[in-house]
Amino acid sequence: MDAFVLQILNGLDKGGAYALIALGLTLVFGTLGVVNFAHGALFMLGAFCAVAVEKLLTLSKQVKDESITFFDAYKEQPYLEIWWGDFGRAIIDYSVPLSILFAIPVMLLFGFVMERGLIRHFYKRSHAEQILVTFGLAIVLQEIIKAAFGANPIPQAAPEPVSGSANIGAWFGLGEAVVYPYWRLIYLFFSLSVIGGVFAFLNMTTYGMVVRAGMADRETVGLLGINIQKRFTVVFGLAAVAAGLAGVMYTPILPPDYHMGMDFLVLSFVVVVVGGMGSLPGAVAAGFLLGILQSFSSMTEVKSIIPGIDQIIIYLIAVAVLLVRPRGLMGRKGVMES
Amino acid sequence: MPTTPSFPKLQSELAIMAVFAAAVLTMPLWMAPFGAAYPDLLQKFAIYGIFAIGFNLLFGLTGYLSFGHAAFLGVGSYAAVWSFKLFTMNVLPAVVFGTLVASLFAVLIGFVALRRAGIYFSILTLALAQMSYNMAYSVLTPITNGETGLQLTQNDPRMIDHMFVDRGAGLPSTNLFGLEMSGYPGFYFCAVVLIIAFFISLRIFRSPFGLKLRAIKSNQTRMGYTGFNTRPHLLFAFIISGGFAGLAGSLLAITDPLAGAERMQWTASGEVVLMTILGGAGTLVGPLLGAGLIKYFENIFSAFNDSTLHEIFAFLPDGLESVVVFLVSPFVGEGWHLTLGALFMVIVIFLPGGIMEGLRRLSRLVRRPSAGRADQPQTQEG
Repeated sequence: MDAFVLQILNGLDKGGAYALIALGLTLVFGTLGVVNFAHGALFMLGAFCAVAVEKLLTLSKQVKDESITFFDAYKEQPYLEIWWGDFGRAIIDYSVPLSILFAIPVMLLFGFVMERGLIRHFYKRSHAEQILVTFGLAIVLQEIIKAAFGANPIPQAAPEPVSGSANIGAWFGLGEAVVYPYWRLIYLFFSLSVIGGVFAFLNMTTYGMVVRAGMADRETVGLLGINIQKRFTVVFGLAAVAAGLAGVMYTPILPPDYHMGMDFLVLSFVVVVVGGMGSLPGAVAAGFLLGILQSFSSMTEVKSIIPGIDQIIIYLIAVAVLLVRPRGLMGRKGVMES
Repeated sequence: MPTTPSFPKLQSELAIMAVFAAAVLTMPLWMAPFGAAYPDLLQKFAIYGIFAIGFNLLFGLTGYLSFGHAAFLGVGSYAAVWSFKLFTMNVLPAVVFGTLVASLFAVLIGFVALRRAGIYFSILTLALAQMSYNMAYSVLTPITNGETGLQLTQNDPRMIDHMFVDRGAGLPSTNLFGLEMSGYPGFYFCAVVLIIAFFISLRIFRSPFGLKLRAIKSNQTRMGYTGFNTRPHLLFAFIISGGFAGLAGSLLAITDPLAGAERMQWTASGEVVLMTILGGAGTLVGPLLGAGLIKYFENIFSAFNDSTLHEIFAFLPDGLESVVVFLVSPFVGEGWHLTLGALFMVIVIFLPGGIMEGLRRLSRLVRRPSAGRADQPQTQEG
């Protein structure tokens, strides 16, 4: 039972990342009708926003190490610590959450530029060409990051107060074995609230209503005198921010490296296909579902029955779903069907 | 019955093949001025040329964009190395075995993936290839030797070889009935295979079968309405395409009898897509051009470093030189993939028809003033 609960929890935080990326992907499908192979790169850019902020906050200078008295020793001390003491230290400790403030404008701007500069010219081109050009962009982005930050993963620490593990078992009376890192819990709630925010934006604001109308019938909305193009650009920026935030908050769980975007992209595409192209609830549900299934299949009990199942379960499910229910679990008719 | 269109006569095909064969076989001569006349690189041109030709048979003719073609390349490599390990170091059985296994694998993948079209097909092939890649690293370790890669060892059975000769001291090398497949013999072997592959591709392009595939590309629904079952043709094209990839993979194993799962990674699949697009999808020689260019520049650019750059731009004034070197250096050496990605984007954005399209436009520009006709009827073949 404990192991069961633990696996569900393990699956949920990974599922949160899948769901956030898949949400943006399917949002872009549904509005712009563009297959964005660079979406994983946006996730990666988000993660490197966190790295950049951390590097910026810990800019240091050499100071004399007072604790060593036998000879002159020097150590690196961050400027923030020198200027503001404990407060500066706290800021450095909270660099990952603080990066969110940095990542939102950066990702929004990047999304706008990418949509205006590149994606816009590919609305009318074939899906194959959309895939190819965004694939090229993804390579370019990841190589730039590699040139700037190196090829090795750069670990990021969660803030000190939440770096330990929560004894969830004791909270709910399940047994002592259900221990789970605080940060993953935070990630789960964070991804849920971002997803909730996107849904609220689309379903509860007039702006979102128009966007949804545009998803259903772009032409008619245009005929009503609404600049649907502009709103779709905003939607693209939103999708970029969602992917970027997913990346920022994921850094303490997985040290970011330059190809993490590609790794997540393939899986997120599978998630979108399983959930159904153009279906937002489908993407979210499939994200969590596949995350949980993946963590279950990595249990040793399961692996002893079917070896290696954890490596391929997601792909197997995608193949099965596409063959049995080609539109995906919640796919709508007429989206991306050729 | 659809009327059979008149296809160019046999003579023209023979002429094309003669020119092509001459061009390929004399590559060591005319590549020399470009500094590419050494067998390892020429061999790569031929092998990736075959890979791209095969990919083009699927993507160029039917428009189905497979994002998992490297899986067949990897499977072909593994099969060829197993042939070396189990039977003989002769390359012919290895090539046949590699191609066959990859084709069988393509039957499996194609059967599943071809149920869907468009972007779903791309994602399905991507997912299936990624699955094979993951399996090669984990469950299939007994067959693939996991991360180490499949290698020849002293203790391999090599049943056929050992019936005739005793076990030597070192590792045996690949051969064609005694002729060692390293250096120029290796290149000429690959070149001959390339010529055969090109001939098959030419025949398919000009056959009713090729025409059907093109019809599928232009309007699959209408093909269905005329009572034409497209799936078997698509599957057949997919199998041929996968077989070509397997052939290329087994040739890679001949050059260097070692197979690793990284050949199956999806970035490798992306590379063959780029080769085809760069040269011109749907044209006969375009993919070959693309493959050659990419392998050539990969070889040249990835060898550059800052000091060679400084030598190249030494004619510039000092300050300007450092600026230019600073700007160029991220694109060469380790950063060669950046160039590749940027090239990918530029080609798709500005020249979706690839180099062949560019050449066609150029020739039209040149011809326009004299012929006075804006639109000459253009053929799809190059």
